[in-house]
Amino acid sequence: MAFLEVDDLHVTFPTDDGMVRSVGGLTFALERGRTLGIVGESGSGKSVTSMAIMGLLKTGRPVITGAIRLDGLDLVTSTPDRVRRLRGKKMAMIFQDPLSAMHPFYTVGRQIVEAYQVHNDVSRAVARKHAVDMLGRIGIPRPDRRVDDYPHQFSGGMRQRAMIAMALSCDPDLLIADEPTTALDVTVQAQILDLIRDLQRDFDTAVIVITHDLGVVAELADDILVMYAGRAVEHASSEDLFEKAEHPYTWGLLGSVPRLDVEPTARLAQIPGTPPSMINLPTGCAFHPRCRYAVANEGLSETETPELENVGEGHQVACHLPPGVRRGIFADDIRPRLEGR
Amino acid sequence: MGGFLVRRFLGAIMLLVITSIVTFAIFFVVPRMAGQTVDQLAAQYVGKDPSPAEIEATKEKLGLDRPLVVQYGQFVKGVVAGREFTFGATREYCPPPCFGYSFKTQRPVWPDLVDRIGVTASLALGASVLWLVAGVAIGVLSALRKGTFFDRAAMFTALAGVSLPIFFTGLLSLALFRPSGVNYVPFTDNPLEWADNLLLPWVTLAFLYAALYARLTRAGMLETMGEDFIRTARAKGLTEPVVVTRHALRATLTPILTVFGLDIGLLLGGAVLTESTYSLPGIGRYAIDAINNNDLPQVLGVTMIAALFIVLANLTVDILYAVADPRVRL
Repeated sequence: MAFLEVDDLHVTFPTDDGMVRSVGGLTFALERGRTLGIVGESGSGKSVTSMAIMGLLKTGRPVITGAIRLDGLDLVTSTPDRVRRLRGKKMAMIFQDPLSAMHPFYTVGRQIVEAYQVHNDVSRAVARKHAVDMLGRIGIPRPDRRVDDYPHQFSGGMRQRAMIAMALSCDPDLLIADEPTTALDVTVQAQILDLIRDLQRDFDTAVIVITHDLGVVAELADDILVMYAGRAVEHASSEDLFEKAEHPYTWGLLGSVPRLDVEPTARLAQIPGTPPSMINLPTGCAFHPRCRYAVANEGLSETETPELENVGEGHQVACHLPPGVRRGIFADDIRPRLEGR
Repeated sequence: MGGFLVRRFLGAIMLLVITSIVTFAIFFVVPRMAGQTVDQLAAQYVGKDPSPAEIEATKEKLGLDRPLVVQYGQFVKGVVAGREFTFGATREYCPPPCFGYSFKTQRPVWPDLVDRIGVTASLALGASVLWLVAGVAIGVLSALRKGTFFDRAAMFTALAGVSLPIFFTGLLSLALFRPSGVNYVPFTDNPLEWADNLLLPWVTLAFLYAALYARLTRAGMLETMGEDFIRTARAKGLTEPVVVTRHALRATLTPILTVFGLDIGLLLGGAVLTESTYSLPGIGRYAIDAINNNDLPQVLGVTMIAALFIVLANLTVDILYAVADPRVRL
């Protein structure tokens, strides 16, 4: 049994316009010390998935079915208070914009102290010392002084470090990083990614990195889950995804990444169209209206939803294209363009 | 912080000086610009059927024949350092802050004002505690139960509270609960009777303001509960009461305290409607009487007092805001 198991997770929100299916049957597993990258466009359900794991989906009264087992305990059927006791202690989360994610009226130290004291019955002095230790550990210079600063007195990168210190203050087994570098300067992004990787090694934490940026998961992730319209379309090891991607949507994502190491000869291969409305999902494969290969399936993509199928060791794809055709397209068409661009 | 305080303090004094100039001008300059002669102005200060000799004497006594700048200087000197008045053969010293003598009662204005500040302060402070506690509590509960029966009922009541004028709710409350009316008893005389008599005015005034504060708090809480830092607080594993109070309410309360300070400042300058409705001898009633009697020294005095409270309230709010919100740079 894996440390974290998500099994056929469905999340549906009732809205005035009808039921919105944010996540529709997601299954994956994650071991301690491993990093899973979840990649997808806005609205693909990646953030909802992470919030569902954390038990933070409250607004809108979503209907959650399936199972989320953390160390064997099903979080979906647990009481809210049971899940709350795990939050911050066994599983922690860092967010996209560290400025808005920290309380503007409390010092950074106080916010870390608070996170530590919820789950540890220690005096404020002990908790404060722990906060200083954590700040020092994540690379804040002179932590004994900066601990009394307010979030707005930190730089963007420092704030994200402080958020990470807060998330790791209770030594969680699972860390979810939701777009951890999106709001940061490019120069700082690499530092934060390095920090997360180093800390993961030190703490032996399971990490889920949620991002729309394949560059981020390339840095961090052991495995990558590509989501589209609330479902997984491809799940592979990091190497396989970049070397042997089989889903047309993944190809689109790979083609959208700008490269600095090759001469820019052509435009970026963007994915045509926009992500689908979650209220009115396309029938069949949700990606088919934007997929230039769907016509080859003679109507199957429009009517049947493809299931994830194993195509190799730890590599799954949900696509109606025959495996041979997919590999052919990737080898003959996609790969040369990725490399030659 | 020190520089900020000095700056704000000087600004407050400047504001008071400007208020005094404007007020003074309204009563002593504008009438002249409208064509009123000095003689006519002086005649108002004498009484019915003044003789030319009396008018002349009054002009000299009040210095109305002097240049306006000198007159204003005298007025300011009276407020700051006190001033001597000559009444025929007697000379009387009016200690600072001297706003002169009421035309009607012939009594110095300031001591009367001081007596009335107690009444208005009792009314305003008592009511403000009630409305702040009730308004914020109702607002928070409404926000947390948005859309429920409680929320709808509370917001309907709040709408009624904002809409119903105090002379309606006040008179209604008197008719229902205390047909004999209320009599102000100073706190120092008898605290129990003080509270007993003020209870109705407190509740009536607080009803109006609590309604406003409930709506403000509800709107603020709804906005704050959607903030990222609330999600962070929950992600830490804090219990919901801690998330609501220590994180959401703390952020919501800051702008509300600002409004609160200004409201109190405004009320201390006279809760005109409430005092009139309950016949409480406060600053507001004093102002009404002064205006009705065309009693210029009283009007000047009451205007300056009201301005002082508003300026002080603004100053306090600014300082408190800087303390409450660390992002405000001093």
